[in-house]
Amino acid sequence: MTTIDWQKLTRIAGQIRRNIITMLAESASGHPGGSLSAVEILTYLYFQEMRVKTNEPRWSDRDRFVLSKGHAAPLLYAVLAEKGFFAREELLTFRKINSRLQGHPDMKKVPGVDMSTGSLGQGFSASVGMAIAGKIDKKNYRVYALLGDGEVEEGQVWEAAMAAAHYKLDNLTAFLDYNRLQIDGCIDEVISPEPLDEKFCSFGWNVLCIDGHDFRQIAKAVEEAKAFRGKPTMIVARTVKGKGVSFMENEVGWHGAAPNREQAAQALAELAERE
Amino acid sequence: MEKIATRDAYGKALVRLGEINKDIVVLDADLSKSTKTIDFKKVFPERFFNMGIAEQNLLGTAAGLAASGKIPFVSTFAVFATGRAFEQVRNSIAYTRLNVKIAATHAGLTVGEDGASHQALADIALMRALPNMVVVVPADAVETEKAVFAAAGMEGPVYIRMGRSGVPVLFAGDYDFKIGRAAMLKEGCDVTVIACGIMVAEALLAAQRLNEQKISVRVLNMSTIKPIDEEAVLKAARETGAVVTAEEHTIIGGLGSAVAEILAEKHPALLERVGIKDTFGESGKPQELLDKYGLTAADIESAVKRVLKRKV
Repeated sequence: MTTIDWQKLTRIAGQIRRNIITMLAESASGHPGGSLSAVEILTYLYFQEMRVKTNEPRWSDRDRFVLSKGHAAPLLYAVLAEKGFFAREELLTFRKINSRLQGHPDMKKVPGVDMSTGSLGQGFSASVGMAIAGKIDKKNYRVYALLGDGEVEEGQVWEAAMAAAHYKLDNLTAFLDYNRLQIDGCIDEVISPEPLDEKFCSFGWNVLCIDGHDFRQIAKAVEEAKAFRGKPTMIVARTVKGKGVSFMENEVGWHGAAPNREQAAQALAELAERE
Repeated sequence: MEKIATRDAYGKALVRLGEINKDIVVLDADLSKSTKTIDFKKVFPERFFNMGIAEQNLLGTAAGLAASGKIPFVSTFAVFATGRAFEQVRNSIAYTRLNVKIAATHAGLTVGEDGASHQALADIALMRALPNMVVVVPADAVETEKAVFAAAGMEGPVYIRMGRSGVPVLFAGDYDFKIGRAAMLKEGCDVTVIACGIMVAEALLAAQRLNEQKISVRVLNMSTIKPIDEEAVLKAARETGAVVTAEEHTIIGGLGSAVAEILAEKHPALLERVGIKDTFGESGKPQELLDKYGLTAADIESAVKRVLKRKV
């Protein structure tokens, strides 16, 4: 493994969290909880792992990323802007009329978005298709997907999981943002999808369980997934919904509610203090 | 007249297409023997993917393949492709305008014995309502092959609707097919019958019978329902003053509705719609069903007479 600048990754993650809060406060709508929970995962992928070209977003050999939990669009946009796909100022147009930054990602509008998502389960299938295409073309690009733990209640997720295992898509790595909350409450109370690791295991996946906020664990899991042959890998990443903002952490109400100016100021102050 | 099911023509066309275009991949959902994608599988097993009985993932995977430069032809029964996976078609294929060709078979009543659960009668309406979606309903084997090649040759999603049962071969090999263009199969001045799919042969038969009764019928094959050939519809309305539509589909939202929309807005003309009258089908032999649900040449003939009676 090449030397990783952990401090740099932590710094970027902090910047991305602040960008998420700023854009949500500006748009006065959107999904903070599930955006904040997967910041480290996306930061690692885009700033350490994935081969992408900001000046050639459709480069055919690039690694792909599909945000299957499309409501975490603020996270994806913040990452893409930080990476340089478009200007950071554009984040302030999120969810506004005539903006490229739709409430859920639109691949036709935003450079760097590999698949339009928003309807849960669908992005996962698209990532299966991308991985199959990579196998047909004997390309060595990898496909990454991020799923929510509520999302796996969709039947389509299991259809896709079955297909990925059947076609031995070891070029596909999915992350499960295991923050244990969905809109109506705790996943166990709404309709339990547990045990998640065993389910994916029995569907023929290589399953790894990690702390989704620990860069070192993310790095190790990604490397293991890359080395694993014959099966796709599901990285079940334990996370905290609303991570980094005290009053949002583990609070179900922050799934789809934007902070007001005051709350945003407090959140930004907390995030600045952590660095 | 020789009869070939459009699905049989589809299977053969796919193989020819696969030979000349290496980006073609084919996906099916455990129905390859029925949809005839098995023909492609036999020749190009490395480009054929059976996704199992999982239509949502079938369509979603196709979207991912298209996003990676492939041209997926996706086949299953029309009722599942457009119904079971409607929202996948909407969000992952139409909204994204990805290059997926949804080639569905077993559309309409002529599925026959399988009955109402398997008879797609609203698929045209569903697909027509989606922005970016092109909707093609070939009338015979020749047009099916040409539609398959035309779909592969254009960028963006296309829905091709095919049937289970044999239909007369109407066109010669040099038939000039173009997506978005109606074909005038018979000139006439009293009334125009605009038909698609298996109803085109019935329309020609009806026109012949009416001709013997001194009624001059124009017959248009409207194989592209979207984008519809508006000019051909308006020309028919202007020149014949009365229109009858005929489709193996509910009269709500399909060809009849598309024609009605154009006429109502641009050139009001008398209209009668032959199609399924807001009901589900049932089990039976294809011909028995067509008779019972009013989808025969005789039904078109009656509709023509009704519309002419309204013409004062």
